[in-house]
Amino acid sequence: MTPDHLQRQAEPRSAWRTLARSFAPHASRGQVITGLLCALLGFALVVQVQANRSEGLSSLRQNELVRILDEVTRRAEELQTQVTDLRAQRTELVTGSDTERAAREAAAARAEVQGILAGELPAVGPGVELIIREPDQPIPAPVLYNVLEELRNAGAEAIQVGDQRLTASSYFIDTPDGVQVDGVLLSPPYRWLAIGDPDTVTTALSIPGGALATVRNAGGSTGLSSLDEVQVTAVRVVERPRYATPAPAIDGG
Amino acid sequence: MIALIGLVVGALVGLFLEPTVPAVLQPYLPIAVVAALDALFGGLRALLDGVFDDRVFVISFLSNVVVAALIVFLGDQLGVGTQLSTAVVVVLGIRIFSNAAAIRRHLLKA
Repeated sequence: MTPDHLQRQAEPRSAWRTLARSFAPHASRGQVITGLLCALLGFALVVQVQANRSEGLSSLRQNELVRILDEVTRRAEELQTQVTDLRAQRTELVTGSDTERAAREAAAARAEVQGILAGELPAVGPGVELIIREPDQPIPAPVLYNVLEELRNAGAEAIQVGDQRLTASSYFIDTPDGVQVDGVLLSPPYRWLAIGDPDTVTTALSIPGGALATVRNAGGSTGLSSLDEVQVTAVRVVERPRYATPAPAIDGG
Repeated sequence: MIALIGLVVGALVGLFLEPTVPAVLQPYLPIAVVAALDALFGGLRALLDGVFDDRVFVISFLSNVVVAALIVFLGDQLGVGTQLSTAVVVVLGIRIFSNAAAIRRHLLKA
């Protein structure tokens, strides 16, 4: 074994012993002064830690404060620019959505108008109620179709007979059981509801040799009344056209 | 032993009193604390080296604190206070590390 190794073996014990000996409390002057200084250190340490934790800017130097101020100012400018950008973007979006909403409302209004005309939507308005009874013999289909034509001529906008909505493609045919409209058998009395100008419609129906006269000639009796509010509640499911597609709009026309 | 007790007592006093640092001392206190830590580690190393002397410890403690504060004060007057306090902290940090390494070699043999 080398002397170095011996020394290494001996030393740890002596180091710890030195430590233990000096930790043993004996009130020498050195111990007391060291303790005092350590107390001072602990005090200052805690005070500094607390001050650092509680005080943010007040413990900083002037140039640090200037740097922070610069950073804050620059950041504020960036944010201001961002605010301006976002405001402009918002204005754009609001204008865009306004335009879009107007277009949507126009489309909805158009859809309503066309829905009423095509028989897709229930309608309400001033008009007439016409009741046709057939006491003896059945009224032939052409006579009823004549009434429909007359109502159309008089400007009726929504028409139903029984619970069938009448549209541009409606037809009346005679069958052994009675009159069919659009494939549905009608049973007398036939109750017609038509929305239109009541005066015009009444006049048009009752002219001599007109629709009502034809009905009476065919053996039916008629009861016509003008109403302030007629509710045409029957609707028709309109199928998509299979062959016809909208023709492209002609520009400059 | 008394040193350890002193450290704890000082920390407790600081915790309970919660004194505010005077504005004049604010830039110097952290540096002074680091310098005192350096002196403490130096004292511990000297103790393990067997050359501990309370007179030397007291003087090194106080002079460390005063010199560190002076350097920072001078730096503030010259307009390089931030950089100089960084320099002081770096130097003291290196010394604390080397002292801690010496203590470790004494106690752990590694």
